[in-house]
Amino acid sequence: MRITLERSNLLKSLNHVHRVVERRNTIPILSNVLLRSDGASLEMKATDLDLEITEATPAQVEQSGATTVPAHLLYDIVRKLPDGSEVLLATNAEGTAMTVASGRSKFSLQCLPQSDFPDLTAGSFSHSFRLKATDLKMLIDRTQFAISTEETRYYLNGIFMHTVESKGELKLRAVATDGHRLARADVEAPSGSEGMPGIIIPRKTVSELQKLLDNPDLVVTVEVSDAKIRLTIGSIVMTSKLIDGTFPDYQRVIPANNDKELRVDCQSFAQAVDRVSTISSERGRAVKLALSEGQMTLTVNNPDSGSATEELPVGYEHDPLEIGFNAKYLLDITSQLTGTDAIFMLADPGSPTLVRDLAAEDALYVLMPMRV
Amino acid sequence: MPDSAAQSPGFCRDCLKEQAGGARRCTACGSPRLLRHSELYDLTLAHIDCDAFYASIEKRDDPELADKPVIIGGGKRGVVSTACYIARIHGVRSAMPMFKALEACPQAVVIKPNMEKYARVGREVRTLMQELTPLVQPLSIDEAFLELKGTERLHHDPPARTLARFARRVEQEIGITVSVGLSYCKFLAKVASDLQKPRGFSVIGQAEALEFLREKPVTLIWGVGKAFANTLERDGVRTIGQLQTMEEADLMRRYGTMGQRLFRLSRGLDERAVEIDGEAKSVSSETTFNDDIARYDDLVVHLRRLSEQVAHRLRKSELAGQTVVLKLKTADFKIRTRNRRLDSPTRLADRIFRTGLQLLEKEADGTKYRLIGIGVSDLSAPDLADPPDLVDPAATRRAAAEDAMNRLRDKFGKASVETGYTFGTRKRDP
Repeated sequence: MRITLERSNLLKSLNHVHRVVERRNTIPILSNVLLRSDGASLEMKATDLDLEITEATPAQVEQSGATTVPAHLLYDIVRKLPDGSEVLLATNAEGTAMTVASGRSKFSLQCLPQSDFPDLTAGSFSHSFRLKATDLKMLIDRTQFAISTEETRYYLNGIFMHTVESKGELKLRAVATDGHRLARADVEAPSGSEGMPGIIIPRKTVSELQKLLDNPDLVVTVEVSDAKIRLTIGSIVMTSKLIDGTFPDYQRVIPANNDKELRVDCQSFAQAVDRVSTISSERGRAVKLALSEGQMTLTVNNPDSGSATEELPVGYEHDPLEIGFNAKYLLDITSQLTGTDAIFMLADPGSPTLVRDLAAEDALYVLMPMRV
Repeated sequence: MPDSAAQSPGFCRDCLKEQAGGARRCTACGSPRLLRHSELYDLTLAHIDCDAFYASIEKRDDPELADKPVIIGGGKRGVVSTACYIARIHGVRSAMPMFKALEACPQAVVIKPNMEKYARVGREVRTLMQELTPLVQPLSIDEAFLELKGTERLHHDPPARTLARFARRVEQEIGITVSVGLSYCKFLAKVASDLQKPRGFSVIGQAEALEFLREKPVTLIWGVGKAFANTLERDGVRTIGQLQTMEEADLMRRYGTMGQRLFRLSRGLDERAVEIDGEAKSVSSETTFNDDIARYDDLVVHLRRLSEQVAHRLRKSELAGQTVVLKLKTADFKIRTRNRRLDSPTRLADRIFRTGLQLLEKEADGTKYRLIGIGVSDLSAPDLADPPDLVDPAATRRAAAEDAMNRLRDKFGKASVETGYTFGTRKRDP
C-alpha cells in the first residue's frame, strides 16, 4: 500500500474511529486500526468486538492494499503533524511495517496482517429507515444521562429504542433508566421503522454516535436486526451489537395519577438547586423541597459542613408537601428542558415524580424521591 | 532488653512499687517480675498483643480447660487459628493444618472459633486501651500500637507504669493476659512485645537498638517473608547486622524501595507514627469446606448463608457497602476474587447475595473450590443504602421481608427463620 492524503482529512476520520479502540487490550489486533486503500479513498476501521466504526476519506492511491497499525499511536502522530500538510502512508514489501511521512518527519509503525482483523458486519438487517440527525441526537441527548452503569443490570446499560403508538401516531421512542430516574423521548416514527424489534443500544455506542451527529443537515440511515444495529452517517458506518436482554416494562413506572402539580421556572430552579447543593457531600446529594402555596423552600443539610436554604416562587396550589431528590438527578433533568417552565407532577414524598417540559411535550422524566 | 544495671530506674510489675536498688525481687511484695531499663521512663510507643487470644478466652470461660492443650480452629479441614501455650509445647503453631496439629498433640481439646465472642472481648480490651490514649492503632482484633507521649500528666505516671497498670487491669477485669513491648518506634515496639510472651513486658531503648538487632535474622524485619528472605540468603545476607554494614544506595539499587526499608529498619530507624485509622474498609465472611465443592447449587447455599452473615454484621456496625466482592479458593489454593460495584450502597443480604450469584455463575465452571467468601467494601453510612427502585419494585418487598426476618431473629434467635436456600443445610450438631 502506498497512498498520499491530506492530514486534515486523515485526522478527522481517525478522530472518529480511534475512540472505539480500548486503551488496554489483551488481543493485540484490537489495538489496531485497519487501513484499506482502493480506487481514490482510504477506508479506516476500528472495533472493540461490540462496536465497529468505518470511515472513508479521499486519498491519492499509488498502490492499493491494506494493513493494520496501532490506532492511538497513528492518531497521536497525525495529530501532531503540522496543519495543512500532506501525509504519505506506505507499507514495506514484507508488509511488516508502515511508514508515515510528512514534511521532514518520518515514522515507522509495526503492522499486523489485515487478514487477522475481526469483522463484525456479517448478518442481515430486518428493518431500515432514515432519520434526521437532529432527531436522533435529540433522542439521545434527552435520555442518555439516565443510562445505568451498574453491570448487574446489564439490560439497563443502554437506550431502549422501539416504535409505539401514542395519541394515534406512530412514534419512535427512546427510554433509559437506572432505577432512580427514567427518561423518555419520542420522535415521529420514520417510514420503515414500523414493526421493528425493540432494541437496547449499548452505552458506548450511544456516546460515540452522539459525537458523530454534529451536522444538523445530515440524515442517518438506520438498519436494525434482533442482534445488531448499523448506522450510516455520511461516509461513516457504525455497526454495533445490541444488548441481549429484556428492557423492563417502563410504562408501569410512569405515574399516571399524580395529582399535585408544581410549575417552576426552569432556569431559576436549576440555579437554586445548584447553589444549595454546593454544601452537600459527594455521596448522597439530597436536596429537600418544601412546598407550600406559591412557594418552594430548597434545603440541603450536610452534617459535615453546614446547611443551605433558598426560597423560590413557584406555581403550586395544593397541601404543603416535603420531598427530597438527588440534586444531581434534578440538574441532569433540568439541563435537558428546553422551555422556560417545567411541570412536576407529585403524589407523596415516597412515590415517583413525573417531570414534563412544557416546550417539548414529546419528552418526559420520572424521578424517584430520596428519604430526607 | 531490661539491662540489670542497678542504677537503672525500675518498678515491680505486680505491685508497681519503684525499685531503687539492685535487688532481684520486689522489696515490697517479693515478686520477681521487675522491670528495669535505663530509658524506661523516656519511651512512649507501645505495642500490645494479647497472649494466645482465642485460646485464653476459652480457658477463661471454662476453667476445666486450664491445664489442657487447647486449639482453636475449624473442622477437619480447617487450620489452627490459635493454640494455647500448652499446645505450643507440643509443637502446635497457628496456621498449621488441623490434622498436623492433632498428630503433634492428639490429646488437644479442639474448639470451633466463636468469633462474635472474641470480637466482644477484643472490643473490651480496646476500650481499656483507649482510656490510656486516643492514639490507638489496632492491627487486628487482639493487638494494637499505642502512642503515650504526653499522657504523663493525665495518668500521673510515665508511660511504662501506665502500661504495666493496664496489663494488670486486663488480667483482673477481662481475665486474659497481654504482652507489652515498649520502645521509641513501631518496629521495635512490635519486636519487643514478642520477646517475653506470655505476660511479657519488654523494653528496647534507642541506645541498644543497633546492638540488639545485630544478631537477629532478617525475617524479623516487617515485610521480609519467606520469599524475600530467600532472595537475601542468595545474596549472602542472613542477619540484620550484615544489613547494618551496607550502604543505602546499594540496598536500594538491589531491592528497590524494600532496600530502603531494610536500610532504615536494620538501624532501628522507623518514622511511622501511630495513626488512628481503625475504621473497617470492608466487611466479609468466608468459609472453608470440609470437602471441595464444584457444584453451583452447593456453592449457592454457602453464598446465601455468608451473605446473611455479612448483612448481619453490617447491620450491627451500622454500615453499608457499595462494592460486592466474591472470593473463591480453588482446590489447588489459587485465589480468585471478583468484584462488582453497585450504583448505590447496600446493607441487604438479598442484594449482596444476588450480586454474588452473578459473579459466581461465571466461576462455577466445574472448578473445585475449597473456600468461598463474600463481602462488601467501599463502606458508608446506611442512610443512603438501598434506595427504592423504579424498575424492580419487588426489591422493596424483599428488603421489607429481610427486615422482618431480622426482627424475628433478634427476638427468637438466629435459627428461628431462614430462607429456602439454607433451610435444612445447617448441621444440627457439629
